[in-house]
Amino acid sequence: MLSDKDRIFTNIYGHHDWGLQGALKRGSWDGTKTILEAGRDWIVDQMKASGLRGRGGAGFPTGLKWSFMPKQNDGRPHYLVVNADESEPGTCKDREILRHDPHHLVEGCLIAGFAMGAHAAYIYVRGEFIREREHLQAAIDQAYEARLIGKNNVHGWDMDVYVAHGAGAYICGEETALLESLEGKKGQPRLKPPFPANVGLYGCPTTVNNVESIAVAPTILRRGPSWFSSIGRPNNVGTKLFGISGHVNTPCIVEEAMGIPFKELIEKHGGGIRGGWDNLKAIIPGGASCPIIPADQCEDLIMDFDGTRAVKSSFGTAGVLVMDKSTDVVRAITRIAYFFKHESCGQCTPCREGTGWMWRVLERMSRGEAEKREIDMLLQVTTQVEGHTICALGDAAAWPIQGLIRHFRHEIEERIDLYSRNPKPVERQMMEAAE
Amino acid sequence: MAKIIVDGIEVDVPPEYTLLQAAEAAGAEVPRFCFHERLSIAGNCRMCLVEVKGGPPKPTASCAMNVRDLRPGPNGEPPVMLTKSPMVKKAREGVMEFLLINHPLDCPICDQGGECDLQDQAMAYGVDKNRFAENKRAVEDKHIGPLVKTSMNRCIHCTRCVRFTTEVAGISELGLIGRGEDAEITTYLEKALSSELQGNVIDLCPVGALTSKPYAFQARPWELVKTESIDVMDAVGSNIRVDVRGREVMRVLPRLNEAVNEEWISDKTRFIWDGLRTQRLDRPYLRVDGRLKSVSWGEAFAAIAGKVKATSGSKIGAISGDLAAVEEIYALKALIGSLGSTNLDARQDGAALDPSLGRASYLFNPTIAGIEQADAILIVGSNPRKEASLVNARIRKRWRAGGVKIGVVGESVDLTYPHDYLGAGPETLAEIVAGKGAFGEILANAKRPIVIVGQGALAREDGKAVLAAAAKIASAPGRDEGWNGLAVLHTAASRVGALDIGFVPGEGGLDVAGMLDAAGQGALDVLFLLGADEIDTNRLGSAFVVYIGTHGDAGAHRADVILPAAAYTEKSGTFVNTEGRVQVANRAAFPPGDAREDWAILRALSDVLGHRLPFDSLGELRKGLYGAHPHLAAVDSVRPAGITDVAALASAGGSLGKAAFANPIHDFYLTNPIARASATMAECSALAAGQLAAAAE
Repeated sequence: MLSDKDRIFTNIYGHHDWGLQGALKRGSWDGTKTILEAGRDWIVDQMKASGLRGRGGAGFPTGLKWSFMPKQNDGRPHYLVVNADESEPGTCKDREILRHDPHHLVEGCLIAGFAMGAHAAYIYVRGEFIREREHLQAAIDQAYEARLIGKNNVHGWDMDVYVAHGAGAYICGEETALLESLEGKKGQPRLKPPFPANVGLYGCPTTVNNVESIAVAPTILRRGPSWFSSIGRPNNVGTKLFGISGHVNTPCIVEEAMGIPFKELIEKHGGGIRGGWDNLKAIIPGGASCPIIPADQCEDLIMDFDGTRAVKSSFGTAGVLVMDKSTDVVRAITRIAYFFKHESCGQCTPCREGTGWMWRVLERMSRGEAEKREIDMLLQVTTQVEGHTICALGDAAAWPIQGLIRHFRHEIEERIDLYSRNPKPVERQMMEAAE
Repeated sequence: MAKIIVDGIEVDVPPEYTLLQAAEAAGAEVPRFCFHERLSIAGNCRMCLVEVKGGPPKPTASCAMNVRDLRPGPNGEPPVMLTKSPMVKKAREGVMEFLLINHPLDCPICDQGGECDLQDQAMAYGVDKNRFAENKRAVEDKHIGPLVKTSMNRCIHCTRCVRFTTEVAGISELGLIGRGEDAEITTYLEKALSSELQGNVIDLCPVGALTSKPYAFQARPWELVKTESIDVMDAVGSNIRVDVRGREVMRVLPRLNEAVNEEWISDKTRFIWDGLRTQRLDRPYLRVDGRLKSVSWGEAFAAIAGKVKATSGSKIGAISGDLAAVEEIYALKALIGSLGSTNLDARQDGAALDPSLGRASYLFNPTIAGIEQADAILIVGSNPRKEASLVNARIRKRWRAGGVKIGVVGESVDLTYPHDYLGAGPETLAEIVAGKGAFGEILANAKRPIVIVGQGALAREDGKAVLAAAAKIASAPGRDEGWNGLAVLHTAASRVGALDIGFVPGEGGLDVAGMLDAAGQGALDVLFLLGADEIDTNRLGSAFVVYIGTHGDAGAHRADVILPAAAYTEKSGTFVNTEGRVQVANRAAFPPGDAREDWAILRALSDVLGHRLPFDSLGELRKGLYGAHPHLAAVDSVRPAGITDVAALASAGGSLGKAAFANPIHDFYLTNPIARASATMAECSALAAGQLAAAAE
């Protein structure tokens, strides 16, 4: 278990002052000038050495991403864009940072902006995050007032931080769709290449980072990369905000070490599974788009990138959805499929047409009104969507369904059997009996 | 150049080529829906997926990836792309299936049937069975005007129409709203499109979602006889294909010509065809006791002969109209000349254009394609959007490429691209000539400027001085070698051809205004109108008017004798467009009833008048024409006109007037007799007028 001294987000529960004074007491903005004075290359090298992997889900090394920004300015401004469009079902970690520890993010913007030669940072906040946006804006205003950021600030690097807010589209969390949305256009992902590091916001070099990736950067640089990389397993280092939701006794957000065993995470922080460990049916380890993991594989599950990959799932944003045996897992995945159908931007064919098709088939399957051969057909359709789309939403829509069929095929088949034996829903039988 | 191996064939292509282009260079066919060479890349249909070695293990959209984006092999081998691998085949089948699951099975009643990309590619790349057991999506049809019919169930969301209207046509009126499977193409407020290029979305639509409204359920593509021809609705000379069933023109489609219309045509060009069926003159008429009476050709000719023989040459005149081909103008000139008259004119609007000043003085010298090389454009007394929509589209294309300044002197209008409005009249022009003002400086320093002079600036008293002022700007020192920036923008298809063969008053001859005055005063006895309907026929007094034309329009209403002739789709005729490009229109159908080709009418009439013209066939006529004007024999080419004429023109001078320039065309849809006979054009005109009124409120 992570000791308190190693926690980065020390006000994640909002027990203390989230404003500048509180943040200063907790160590934010301490020695920031010294960090900047060490130079751009030093910061990028330190970030690389820390082994921090992007906290937005894909796990791309943050230091490496920063190093992709052009070293020389070719006349175009550089931009830092912070992705706070946290919309993945089951994920709500950035929200806690935004409302309870916003100065971590603001300070991170200054440092990251400096490291990539950007004088402007845009924080794109999910439209539904109202209070979060207010706190963030207040924190930015405080930082401006204290001349921590802005023109001619005490740190000697001009940095403007702007808050933009979305209008509630999940797809705007995709980095290029986010850029489109920031530019005032319809949020539809762009074709890559060119990548944002070359042609990003308004056609200028841009880096898009997750809130948590930026917010942890100041602490990493203050305490040194070796401290950060000493936590967790190789390739999966550092601390991470885990979200625990679903059928646990105490759902929560908690900062823990990477590589914590799932069981320990749930027992220590989640208060155990509702009805005891044996009542566990399955989990989704990192937000709705990650394939489901059945209970028998959760026993020894290590919660990090490689640990979840070993069971053919993914770490995502570490927003763990726990489902106990009362869960209708087919229904649950159907709901997730509906979510992706609803949030597909409609730009490219496989996702636009495929998500609706998959959801409708699942909808029937969850009632048993299907044929068994359709299970294989559904699986085949998911592979027709996966990897054929402009952005990763197609993949995200396909994976939960693939996970369901991989692990819970028997449940679908049982339901189909049940229905074909008596193709009348229970409710209707009761109604008929009452008549 | 970059090397790439496509299906085992190594090709050398420019690195900025897309994989799709590289595949084409290697002879591999890649299916596509959303990709279009002239539009931005959307990459959304996913039909062009290919397999790329060395990249991620998933198919790549070949329209959106450049060859230079591919990594070479470990030992520097060229990147490898496969267009026929099992992965590609599976990907195409998958995308095809997705496109078809919500596409209605209404091919038998779909106007796109037979020329549908989706149909063709489903045959070539799809699978034969359907696994989709759910209900198909239903989308409400949209009303987007009288020209484009929508059937939105068929839409595959390729967004070609959206990209065309925003990028080429320059109107942001069509878009994709909603998201996911609920996404719809619409005009947001069910408003009619306001572009005069909107018909092109019909060609662009790869399925039957956007089809031609006037053509709806009229014919099937395989029933039509297709003839390549030239359009006469404006002076651009768009290359068209006329599709005919039996005797009737069923539709007009564009033909590819990079130098002229690329692959677009204006709505007037495309939807004019119903005007070819109505108000047609199909037999000769003679005015008897004030009423037009149907007569035989012989009676009509005899009546003309009687009048001509009773007068002298100087009291005979001829005006050639906007849609006449060079051949008949040549025949008319020969006939009138043989009658001893020099009263000829083709400039119905009285534009101050004079072929004796050299060909450069009345051509669009930089050429239409040359607009793309311009670094500054000045538009004087013209609204190219209405006078030559495709020239306007080309200017917009140039503007989109960046690095050009566009200024307008004359009426302030919406040209679909931003421009500096400099002023209304000749004073502003004089300032620019003097190099004053920001735009004057821009023009003075430009290497390849274009000065577009519209007929609105020329058809006025000081037209000659305006032309001289424009020539002064164009011929100023410091221009690139060989660059001739004087661009006269004509509105009539026949005008340049008529000027080329000198259909202007000879020595002592009267021009249009002179003839009208003379007729009003009784000094002109016989007037031949070769499809000339744009003059004020009320001023013709008691002159005996012979109208040779196709439609019952202004000229025919005033005529004493009507000789029914052939429209542009019914004869082979040479047209010279505004840039001086000689093009030949072909006969796609036959003239109705007793109507004959114009040159043949004139030849027959000459016999009756006792001055037999020296040709018995179109071939012989052309032989004589080409002998007198050799450049007309060089079909599909432009003979560049020298800059020296422009310099001479510049020194001509003359004093500029005070009145503001007024554009010649205000109703784009009703500029000629065929258009005025078309119900479709009338509807468009009424709609445009309504929109104008609504905008003014």
